Amino acid sequence: MYRPQRLEGARARLGVVQVLVLALLATLGGRLWYLQVRSGAQFQAAAAANDLRSVSTPAVRGDILDDQGHPLVANKPTLEVTVDLSTLQQQPHGGIAVLDRLASVLGVPESQIAQKIRLCSSKVKQPCWPGSPYQPVPVATDVAQSIGMEILEDHDKFPGVTAQAAATRTYPAPFGVNAAQMLGYLSPVSSSELSKAGNDYQPTDMVGRAGLEQEYDSILRGEAGVSEVAVDNLGRAVRTVSQTAPVPGDDIVTTIDAHVQAVAEQQLAAAIQSAHGVWDTETHSYGKADSGAVVVLNVQTGGVVAMASYPTYDPNVWTGGINAQTYARLTSAAAGTPLLDRGYQGEYPPGSTFKAVTTSAMLQDGFPADGTYDCSTDFPVGNQDFHNFEGEAFGPITLKQAIEVSCDTVFYRVAYQMWLKDGGNNPVAHPSDPVQTMSTELGLGKDTGIDLPGESPGLIQTRQEKLASWQANKADWCAHGKDGYPDVARTDPARAAYLKQIAYENCLDGWQFRAGDAVLEAIGQGGVEVTPLQLARAYATIANGGTLYQPHLLQAVMTPGGKVVSTYQPKVVAHVPIDSATRSFLMNALEGVAQAGTASGVYGAWPQNTIPVGAKTGTADVYGQNPTSVFASVVPANHPQYAIVMMVPQGGQGAQISGPAVEKIEEAMYGVQGGAQLANAALLPTPPAGLPVITADGLLPVTFPYPQQWPPVAPPPASPGATVAGAARSKP
Amino acid sequence: MIIGETAGLPPVGPAESRRKAALREGGVLRRFDWPLFGASTALAVVGAVMVWSATRDRTELTGGDPQYFLKRHILNAIVGMALAIGVTALDHKRLRALTPTVYVLSFIGLLAVLSPLGTVVNGARSWIELGGGFSIQPAEFAKLGIVMALAMILAYRPAVRRSKGMLAQIEDRRIDDTRPGGRALVLALLAAAVPMGVISMLPDLGSTMVILAITGGMVVLSGVRLRRLALLTAVVGAGAFAAVKLHLLAQHQINRFAAFADPNLDPQGVGYNTHQARLAIGAGGVFGQGLFKGTQTNGQFVPEQQTDFVFTVIGEELGLVGGLAVLALFAIVLWRGCVIARQATETFPMLLAGGVVCWFAFQMFENVGMTMGIMPVAGIPLPFVSYGGSSMFANFIAIGILENVRLRSTAR
Repeated sequence: MYRPQRLEGARARLGVVQVLVLALLATLGGRLWYLQVRSGAQFQAAAAANDLRSVSTPAVRGDILDDQGHPLVANKPTLEVTVDLSTLQQQPHGGIAVLDRLASVLGVPESQIAQKIRLCSSKVKQPCWPGSPYQPVPVATDVAQSIGMEILEDHDKFPGVTAQAAATRTYPAPFGVNAAQMLGYLSPVSSSELSKAGNDYQPTDMVGRAGLEQEYDSILRGEAGVSEVAVDNLGRAVRTVSQTAPVPGDDIVTTIDAHVQAVAEQQLAAAIQSAHGVWDTETHSYGKADSGAVVVLNVQTGGVVAMASYPTYDPNVWTGGINAQTYARLTSAAAGTPLLDRGYQGEYPPGSTFKAVTTSAMLQDGFPADGTYDCSTDFPVGNQDFHNFEGEAFGPITLKQAIEVSCDTVFYRVAYQMWLKDGGNNPVAHPSDPVQTMSTELGLGKDTGIDLPGESPGLIQTRQEKLASWQANKADWCAHGKDGYPDVARTDPARAAYLKQIAYENCLDGWQFRAGDAVLEAIGQGGVEVTPLQLARAYATIANGGTLYQPHLLQAVMTPGGKVVSTYQPKVVAHVPIDSATRSFLMNALEGVAQAGTASGVYGAWPQNTIPVGAKTGTADVYGQNPTSVFASVVPANHPQYAIVMMVPQGGQGAQISGPAVEKIEEAMYGVQGGAQLANAALLPTPPAGLPVITADGLLPVTFPYPQQWPPVAPPPASPGATVAGAARSKP
Repeated sequence: MIIGETAGLPPVGPAESRRKAALREGGVLRRFDWPLFGASTALAVVGAVMVWSATRDRTELTGGDPQYFLKRHILNAIVGMALAIGVTALDHKRLRALTPTVYVLSFIGLLAVLSPLGTVVNGARSWIELGGGFSIQPAEFAKLGIVMALAMILAYRPAVRRSKGMLAQIEDRRIDDTRPGGRALVLALLAAAVPMGVISMLPDLGSTMVILAITGGMVVLSGVRLRRLALLTAVVGAGAFAAVKLHLLAQHQINRFAAFADPNLDPQGVGYNTHQARLAIGAGGVFGQGLFKGTQTNGQFVPEQQTDFVFTVIGEELGLVGGLAVLALFAIVLWRGCVIARQATETFPMLLAGGVVCWFAFQMFENVGMTMGIMPVAGIPLPFVSYGGSSMFANFIAIGILENVRLRSTAR
């Protein structure tokens, strides 16, 4: 073959090209191996994250039921309008025209919808969408059926917009019950809660924030369903990879009786209202009561049958997100902080109702139950003179009589003797402090352990507590003792002088447990503050013979299908050393109070023979304010079932304001009308024997809906009443 | 079977004898480079399946027919193969004679794209809409035209005048008959530079780079002296520097180079293509996720996946095994190209074959390399595999040229 010489060189050059081509191919092959084998696992993980998104379906939250199965908190189906962001983004100009149409149909400005569907980030704050962009964003809740139909039927005009059923928290309010503070509320999960380890919250979850909703959040919440959705580059769902259905939350059956609770709320509101018409002879003003609480406790289990707090609010304000203005009102002192549950968060001096505790202590300490005690007008301790209420004097009386007429000087004297026995101002090594010890044993001055968040511990001032408090505060006290309170002096010189004197004394010997301290505490004043729940529990413990129960609201956990998951067993915290003699003496004395003592006016029309009731009144002085009206009752006195306590700050006398209200509650519970017990009228003479039966399809044993009664009777603005100036004042 | 049947038939007609002649030792069908044709056809088939996988869910592209792109790709391949056979059958003198026509026509096509006739896709004006869903990309034919034109120019040798002095000059190597003359080199560079300039104005960075590679490769193959080559390299380097400095490159092209230098740069923007492409390939592993099962492909995370980024479908769904198989098919095509070039008996066919090899080699390397992040992103198709009629036709015509050269050089 002819081969020109000049092609020989070209062949050599072609050899070079050949090698080069081989090198290129080898490079590509090597790179392919590096990507797919060497770093394959890493890329596969990144690819999985690239195309999988998890979308959560919220679980239906459990109901909160009363002891009969009445729903206190439930869910109602509402129509919710949602926007699918990925569909919207594919519309011209990001779907502005769609949002405009939607805004006009819903009757809201377009900007409001635009804000709701923008994604939250560190820069974008509420209102925004905290959830995944792959799940529909709700833009309107509780939408009218007609609007929902308009959106669904005109689907072409609303691409990506859907109206669907959603569960919203609802408050059926059986018998007009409110119980807002006890039930609590929901609000969106916070970013810090989301990032906290161990939480399986979804960004769109609602979390219980107070009351039972918070305490039993994990039971009520259920488990959100999670779908793993494969998405394309535009975020459109291509297919569902895995799916777990949401598990609905369990129902909580409480010890609350909706009907008794409703009565308690109405009576509390009425009592506070009635206080406004009462002239107070000490402060020379009409009652200024604007708050209060009442607790009905099961003596034999510690179960809370009712716990009402005033002022209260409409729990529906939380549904669909609360606005800032409403929230400010719920927490403002000027509006009476309606968010506060005064039943277990309010601390008040118990006044003479505390004498049941003092009596238990003195009887256990060896003071004779059948002895004679001097009820003098006053009792001087050092340079101080401690008076009886309105300077009354009954001379030498029995201890039972002392309780019936609520004679302060008897208890002053007893407390002083105890104080002296402990060494007075030079205390012995281990002072017995019978009243303080008994108080602590009865669960006062510390948390009761009720299944509600944010409990107040109250206060029982002991020697140790005084010393610790002095060490913590003496610098402050000494400064104020020297310089006074110029801020207060500008508006109230008398109060400033009083405060300065207290600060000065506290600075001097504030660590010391003085005779005055012991004496005042014996009648439930001074260093004694209790929550209504604590006081009710103390009475319940005395009444049941010394078994201190942990108060509770939970009775059982049930599935939505009515299966009992768990039942609450009453927890005994301690056995308080109250022997049967002490118990029967005290129950007898409390009966005496109701029959012939300070509460006899309250129970004038009560069938004492059939349903004996024990009670104690309390009128606790608070400096510069109307006294706190306190009333404690145990019913029936022979077989104690319920302990009831009402406390109304600035309410005036216990027998006049709280007493009648408690009696009305008892009337309702036992079906008493006109001094006789009516057949079938009693709401709850004994607590229900078993749990409410919920059928497998989730139907409750009660009819629905209930007559709504909201808001309850509100107190009129404080104004002098015409008829009250001469109103009879019974003894405290 | 046909052979068996015909063997039993008595008289042998003229047609029969031609077939026999073709099948004889040294016959056309025997000399036809079957591995080359088979490998390129196999690439087109693989491409058809991959394009199908990348587009079957893209209703916005397919108009509801999942097999739309599959059918179109197969149709393109069949037309391409017919063109290849046609070119193979051409008399080799016709091939040289056709060269100016092909070159001029492809250049006119490029000018037409620049005119209002052109359609802008992805910021580049590279297409001419023909209507009915058909469009042509003249840059693909320009590559062909340039290969042919350069082969012709660089192969040109002035007739050696039979003068004594001249013979003496040749003998003492003052005139080198084995290398192109200076005029030929300048003419060749001009012939490449003019269409390249138009293409870079489209702007079509990928095709510009391919033409640069073709020109460089062919100039080297033609035997240009080393010092001229060095000078040339310096001039091209300075030109590239000036192109960047004088903002002759569009910003999106500079961005692509920047993203190439730092692949993690702005993964949603410039670096998005490379990031998603590497993710898809890397996710394939050794055996791939299976045909039609690639999550990144189904999720349409990789842009231009049926055209420029078709290799990511191969990587994700067929894995290392599939990727290497495709590279092996390219190795066969390029290897046969090299062999054909070496077998050439004249400079023109040698340069034709060498030019096609340079073209395919660089375009394949740039395309596959960019999907794996070792080359900057530039919009050029993977020969035979990527969807696109113009590219397919030009590629198969090039195969036809190789076959033509082979038949010619092996002819007795």
